Amino acid sequence: MSVRVGVVVFPGSNCDADTAWALARAGAEPVELWHEHADLGGVAAVVLPGGFAYGDYLRAGVIARFSPVMRGVAAYAADGGLVLGICNGFQVLAEAGLLPGALLRNRSLRFVCRDVTIRAERADTFLTRAVPERRALRMPVAHGEGCYYADKATLDDLERDGRVLFRYVDAAGSPAGVEDRENPNGSLRAIAGVINAAGNVAGLMPHPERAADALLGSDDGMLLLRSLVESAAARAQGGSATREGGRARTLTMTAGTGQ
Amino acid sequence: MNAEIIAARFRFAVNVLPKDGILDPQGRAVEQSLPHLGLAGIEQVRVGRRIELSVDAPDAATARGVVDELARELLCNPMIEQYAIEALGAISAARGEAGG
Repeated sequence: MSVRVGVVVFPGSNCDADTAWALARAGAEPVELWHEHADLGGVAAVVLPGGFAYGDYLRAGVIARFSPVMRGVAAYAADGGLVLGICNGFQVLAEAGLLPGALLRNRSLRFVCRDVTIRAERADTFLTRAVPERRALRMPVAHGEGCYYADKATLDDLERDGRVLFRYVDAAGSPAGVEDRENPNGSLRAIAGVINAAGNVAGLMPHPERAADALLGSDDGMLLLRSLVESAAARAQGGSATREGGRARTLTMTAGTGQ
Repeated sequence: MNAEIIAARFRFAVNVLPKDGILDPQGRAVEQSLPHLGLAGIEQVRVGRRIELSVDAPDAATARGVVDELARELLCNPMIEQYAIEALGAISAARGEAGG
């Protein structure tokens, strides 16, 4: 049986169906999680998809942070559950304090919708385990508020602890400067995605689910989604081993009663 | 048995601005448009937002405390923004009853 991966649906989410489709392609059984329910239904991983949750009023992601499902996601993350935020989902995780930093208005003030190139800075995380070392990844961004910001001390900490997960890179594979075209929003230190200290919550601005088939121009996003699904499966297997242990005990008891 | 509660309605504005040193592309865009208007001598433009709201509370200090909490928790992201609360005064005194 395939691994169940939750996709949160906020009012204003608009990448939930694409994300579910791409997750299914990566071998998962996608499960929609409605924003009004805090119960995540025992999924093996949760994805917060792109869109404009609650209209992105006030600040992108901030109102979503107070929804019932985010109480569930916060508890799930605290318990070691795998959580991925894509674009608006990343903004929600940052506003919720589950990931460091903030996503500011793009330096250009324009909504940017085009392909970018990113590089995974680590290959040992739940989101990058299937990505070949040093492999550049091509996928689209589509956002108005994606300029990654944190103060200098936080940025230094992130770099030291290996928590910068993705960077926008130029043709030579070097991190793109804040004014470079390859850095679509002016993110500090070209940061396109980060991961938390515990290694189970990650977010990125580019859309892996929109690069899930060569027909779409790139299937590089599948490397990330397959990583996620493999990681979730490994985690679910750990969980089911425990459940099997429980069943084994029950069977023993039944056998005992039979005798 | 009936306790009489006297409350008032207080009006506040919360002014939220990007923190000093945080990139403010909107402020920069406004600033760069000024020469086109033939205006000179205007600098350091910052663009933020203003939220106005009313709070029912027994007194102004309590009302301001509620607004301060709201500002910290929701209206302002302290990592990137700063806020200032502006009291716009009591707009009405309400007299109600509560009892068992």
